[in-house]
Amino acid sequence: MTATVLARVRRLPRPRPGRVGVIVAGTVLAATVLACLLAPVLWPLDQSAVDLARTRLAPSPAHPAGTDDLGRDVAHRSLYGLRVSLLVGVVAALVAAVIGGAVGALAGTLGGWVDRALMRLVDTIAALPHLLLGIFIVAMLRPSLGAVMLSIGLTHWLSTARIVRSELLSLRHRPFVDAAVSGGAGRVRVLTRHLLPHVLPRLALATTLMIPHAVWHETALSFLGLGLPPHLASLGNMINDGRASLLTGAWWASLTPGLVLIVVTLALATLTARWRDRLDPRVRAELQL
Amino acid sequence: MTARGLAACQVSASYDRQRVLDGVDLHIAPGETVGLRGPSGSGKSTLARLLALLHAPDAGHVSVDGTPVTGIRHQVPVAVRTRVAILFQSPRAATDPRLSLADVIAEPLRAVGTPEERVQARTAELAAAVGLTADLLTRRPHAVSDGQLQRACLARSLVHEPGYLLCDEATAMLDASTQAHVAAVVKDYQRRHDAGVLVISHDAALLGRWADRVVGLP
Repeated sequence: MTATVLARVRRLPRPRPGRVGVIVAGTVLAATVLACLLAPVLWPLDQSAVDLARTRLAPSPAHPAGTDDLGRDVAHRSLYGLRVSLLVGVVAALVAAVIGGAVGALAGTLGGWVDRALMRLVDTIAALPHLLLGIFIVAMLRPSLGAVMLSIGLTHWLSTARIVRSELLSLRHRPFVDAAVSGGAGRVRVLTRHLLPHVLPRLALATTLMIPHAVWHETALSFLGLGLPPHLASLGNMINDGRASLLTGAWWASLTPGLVLIVVTLALATLTARWRDRLDPRVRAELQL
Repeated sequence: MTARGLAACQVSASYDRQRVLDGVDLHIAPGETVGLRGPSGSGKSTLARLLALLHAPDAGHVSVDGTPVTGIRHQVPVAVRTRVAILFQSPRAATDPRLSLADVIAEPLRAVGTPEERVQARTAELAAAVGLTADLLTRRPHAVSDGQLQRACLARSLVHEPGYLLCDEATAMLDASTQAHVAAVVKDYQRRHDAGVLVISHDAALLGRWADRVVGLP
């Protein structure tokens, strides 16, 4: 009896996993990016303008997300904050991917003393608190958008390097690589044709997952006065500014930038997970069934 | 010491200081089929990897056509590397999951810069020899059976017309008819090219049928 029921359940068509989620995430992300790109044209913002007559107004049709303690529109500034945060996140993640990818590829393919030396370097840097290291890097440069990106990128390539290296190590001695070597493929061909294509999805995934982390890191640096100047809107600046308003009951000042951060992060993660699945031929075969 | 043939001379090999081969000699003459048997862990596959120039011996050396080989893998000149082909036990592990079966077979030719029309012709010829249809050639490894995949691996191992073919339990995972077909293709190739073949198995009956002589590892 139970067996027949189970058999019947198994015969039901499998839903395509995450189909609706992917559509929603894609729409959200596309709309967000579009809004960020068009913001200076459609909704210009004077970053330093304050309106002390309209401080801490609750959400209303005129101010959909309320105003903060300097009378600035939270929704408007959240959009500009997202622009900055996404830019910092993407550039910092790319910097980390390039450095981490190169170090991981060198260590994973050359092996031997190169591998040991590079990985000890990674361990040494990982032993230092990376926020402290980031502060050190920003302090050496002048606090600016570029300095923030560089400081986050230079401190976040370690995990990428480890991922790329370990993937390469596990691939390097697989029989299909042996077969390629035995068939006459040179080092470069083995690397570009058989190893890197298997590593790239993981690298891309690690990079994309780094974006939200980099956004949060930018928040921390801004909070410490080493990130963006305080009058410029970034999600980090806004969430921190809003903390003071929380105590007076103005919950909306932190809520909107926080929600924006969460929604964009989730949309990004959903799309990357789906992308990773599509790159795996076996899962792809299942998705097409 | 050996004029022609593929030979392992007093080779020793180990993994993490665990000795698996200790001063082993093996000689495969052109046209000869040597069977290699031994219990699990006796070093059969390691010996095959040494002969395929994929694993470095701790002591002793491997010689191809009478010339001792120094180094392994990429250190060995392509012309020497491709003289020895190896067919692994698991075709699934031995094929890049991203490539179609046609690309799996053609890859060694492309790797050495063969002109594309020659690649196509040779791939079609070998696919026909091992009995792979055009439809199967467009599929990827996950969409075919172990037997079909092993046929593709066999075709791949023959693309460079190697002088020596090492079959490391190559038919262990296959059904009886595929097993017989793979053996027939290997024998046919061997006859036409005077190739030396090493058949590794713990199936004594199979070795008895296939090999000219059988060598045991302790």
